[in-house]
Amino acid sequence: MTAFSAIGEEREIDRHEFTPEVEPQPTWCPGCGDFAVLKALKQAMPEVGRSPEEVLLVTGIGCSGKLSSYFESYGYHAIHGRSLPIARAAKLANPGLEVVAAGGDGDGYGIGANHFMHTARENHDMTYIVFNNEIFGLTKGQTSPTSPKGHKSKTQPHGSAKDPVRPMSLSLASGASYIARTAAVNPRQAKEILVEAIRHDGFAHVDFLTQCPTWNKDAKEYVPYTDVQDDDEFDFDVTDRREAAEAMYDAESRLYEGEVLTGRFYRQRNRLPYDEEKQATGEMPSEPLAERYFDEDAEWERAADELISRHT
Amino acid sequence: MSYGSKPLVRTPPFVDYGTNTGSEAVPMTERSLMWRIAGGSGDGIDSTSQNFAKALMRSGLHVFTHRHYPSRIRGGHTYVEVRADSEPVRSRGDGFNFLLALGDSFARSPDEDAYYDNEELKPLVEHFDDLNEGGVLVYDSGFADEEDIEAVGLHERAEAEGWHVYPVDLRAIAREHGREVMRNTAGVGATAALLGMDTSYFEGLIEGAMSGEVMEANLTILDQAYQAALEFEFTHDLRVPDGTHEQEQALVSGSNAIAYGALDAGCRFISGYPMTPWTDVFTIMSQNLPNFGGISEQVEDEIAAASLAIGASHTGVKAMSGSSGGGFALMSEPLGLAEMTETPVVLVEAMRAGPSTGLPTKTEQADLEHVLYTSQGDSSRVVTAPGNQFEAYEQTRELFRIAYEYNLPAILLYDQKLGGEMRTVPASFFDREPDPAPGAVLTEDELSEAAHDAAGKYKRYATDGAEDGVNPRSVPGQKGGRHLTTGNESMAVGHISEDPDNRNAQVDRRLRKLDAIRTELDEQETSHQTAHGPPEATHGLLTWGSNQDTVFEAVDRLNARGHEVKALGVSDLMPYPELEVEAFLESVEACLVVEMNATAQFRGLTQKELGRFGPKLSSLLKYDGEPFEPGEIIDGFEANVEQTGPPTGNIKLVPGAGD
Repeated sequence: MTAFSAIGEEREIDRHEFTPEVEPQPTWCPGCGDFAVLKALKQAMPEVGRSPEEVLLVTGIGCSGKLSSYFESYGYHAIHGRSLPIARAAKLANPGLEVVAAGGDGDGYGIGANHFMHTARENHDMTYIVFNNEIFGLTKGQTSPTSPKGHKSKTQPHGSAKDPVRPMSLSLASGASYIARTAAVNPRQAKEILVEAIRHDGFAHVDFLTQCPTWNKDAKEYVPYTDVQDDDEFDFDVTDRREAAEAMYDAESRLYEGEVLTGRFYRQRNRLPYDEEKQATGEMPSEPLAERYFDEDAEWERAADELISRHT
Repeated sequence: MSYGSKPLVRTPPFVDYGTNTGSEAVPMTERSLMWRIAGGSGDGIDSTSQNFAKALMRSGLHVFTHRHYPSRIRGGHTYVEVRADSEPVRSRGDGFNFLLALGDSFARSPDEDAYYDNEELKPLVEHFDDLNEGGVLVYDSGFADEEDIEAVGLHERAEAEGWHVYPVDLRAIAREHGREVMRNTAGVGATAALLGMDTSYFEGLIEGAMSGEVMEANLTILDQAYQAALEFEFTHDLRVPDGTHEQEQALVSGSNAIAYGALDAGCRFISGYPMTPWTDVFTIMSQNLPNFGGISEQVEDEIAAASLAIGASHTGVKAMSGSSGGGFALMSEPLGLAEMTETPVVLVEAMRAGPSTGLPTKTEQADLEHVLYTSQGDSSRVVTAPGNQFEAYEQTRELFRIAYEYNLPAILLYDQKLGGEMRTVPASFFDREPDPAPGAVLTEDELSEAAHDAAGKYKRYATDGAEDGVNPRSVPGQKGGRHLTTGNESMAVGHISEDPDNRNAQVDRRLRKLDAIRTELDEQETSHQTAHGPPEATHGLLTWGSNQDTVFEAVDRLNARGHEVKALGVSDLMPYPELEVEAFLESVEACLVVEMNATAQFRGLTQKELGRFGPKLSSLLKYDGEPFEPGEIIDGFEANVEQTGPPTGNIKLVPGAGD
């Protein structure tokens, strides 16, 4: 008997269930890449057999953070950069949930970069979508961690002197076990990659190129794009760490030369997700911890029985 | 105990545990053993003192310990004081009367220009000012030779102070029968001989913790040092007190009490990042949670630590996190998120002397304002500061209950002093039923009856709900419970709302929960505030947190000296116990507020909350990193009422002023 009967329920799921009636229409600007993330996620969830009430979507702050307002599920619109620590604890508390975290490039690669590295390292079984538009949009157009070198903005009036963050290389070095890049302009691939990322048993990082037509007018619309899996030039084994590293480096460099390379870049074989690793050490219960609080017959250990004798 | 006509202060729990010793014919300081073991960090001072304290407890005595240690990797003078008495002990006492000086085996070589002097001898020399007149001093003559002793002037000091000095070559005894590190055991053997203690309790502890050659060596060393010390002609009268317990005792630290309270409250998730002195609670929880079916996570920083606890709690698990000052500062943002999203969570804050890195291993109570007000916006949190191990356990449980019944963050504020000190507590005190109730949360059956919008979204943040402002949670994975949770201001189903009327209604609802909590606490049979002393007394001592029992000891001694004094130890800091403190202050002519910080933060809070009493309140402050001794409070009190000028030592008296 579970207290969470939405989890694992067998039924047909329609993608329209993921549209909240209280707020069906997003307020993103016309032409914004964020629409594509929302659409791909709504399509992916029925395909992986997940219904709104078994999904926890944790978002950060920014245009991207509004995803949880426009996607019907259990949503947690957290604080800037902190979606990952909230999301990973939720997964530990109830591994039956489908946990997705999402935020922008400032959120994930800037203010929350430390959490990004450590969540990747720990390999929690969840999906992390980074809306990468190379700009701060909600605060009206400041240089972001992925803005190209030389990028001019109100806060970098003479152009950024900083090299941009390499999101996929950072992810690989940190320990993510699934890494892909897709683009808003390629909805078919985006949906497929999200399905793979959600199904992946471990930390799946999707760098999602989302053009910002309002604040990043100089930047490309991320067209034309090349799917590295479909192009003969890129013949690398996504399960080979060294080949993947080289392909990522290449894709990250060429993005700033106007060439958009998308697709699957890395998938680690034979790596257990964090909850299974932790269970193997004996430091995590085999049953979902959250269930215990709703089980009236559960037995609860007492300090008096287990601990006081060592003090007498 | 009650004051005036209104019985606002209810039966203090203090009395129930047999720790209230009442008035004393012989002041406790004169009859207690106050034994100090001093050495270098890394010399095993802490573990030896714990065994010593446990042996005294097993012999039928009540025990209280005080830890002093440097923020240093290896070496550096460290000591632990163990006070033992036939009656329950409430503080470290004044000074001490038995020194076991072992020497610092990690001492740096003296250098003319270096700020440190002869570190090797510090465990001896640095106690000269605190060892009471007529005290007993044992030093390791294998560490300090006669030349050293001459150089530090021990003989002159001993003669002037009437000390009884016994040099024992502990090092040689340890080397001959085991290893040099075992000179701790030799020191305990010598102590036992000089104090007339039965060594069987030490033997039992050695046999329980060790085996094989190590055990044999320690037993031999204990006996050899005991025999060696018996050879002396005893010139001192100090002996170990006699005592018997009516019930079995347990030797627990404040950190133990907090962790055990959390476990018995059904907490099964902790996330944290190491920082002194909070690390103790984190470690105890981490070591025990696997056996209790729970999860502990050591994470990348304190922002993550608090956020993980919030994530686990949101998903239905009773969860906690914590830190000390600097780490807690990083938790400000998630703390505000918990307030806004009404996610229950318990945080503990172990204060040390600040600002910034401050004195990492020393105590202070200067984070009060930080904990009450940190994070943007109007606060809706509960904060209590326990006075001792009993209150630490009780209040940790109570904070979990409040956090989960009212869906808000609750903070237990304690300090290095309470976290690290140990005292005897009746083992039966912990014989409680656990409280795993998840609080204000709905089951799926209940959710099916709850208010939803037309599309089936749960109205988690409705403003037309219960009078106390509490809306029950739903948990991800439950059917019929989906909604949005956001750090933005939100409408009933959790979506972002900037509507002014909704804004007012939501702010008011969140704050109503604090009023409801205060009312509930005021109506409970037992109060978190603890009163002590004759109710009709004309003078008051007001304190908060870990000073409480030291102040109570001072109250007993002040009354024995002819003063009319009573005290109130406050734990509830937010929501503030206005009725109780008001009644106390109305009942006295003048009140001295005792706290360990430089800016009288609790006095300021009291004036802000009550809006009066300014001229009645003086402050006694200490912020040198050491807790108050009861004698200092007596000095401060007498200096205040008799206007004899500023008290001596590192305490500061600030007379009352207007509001």
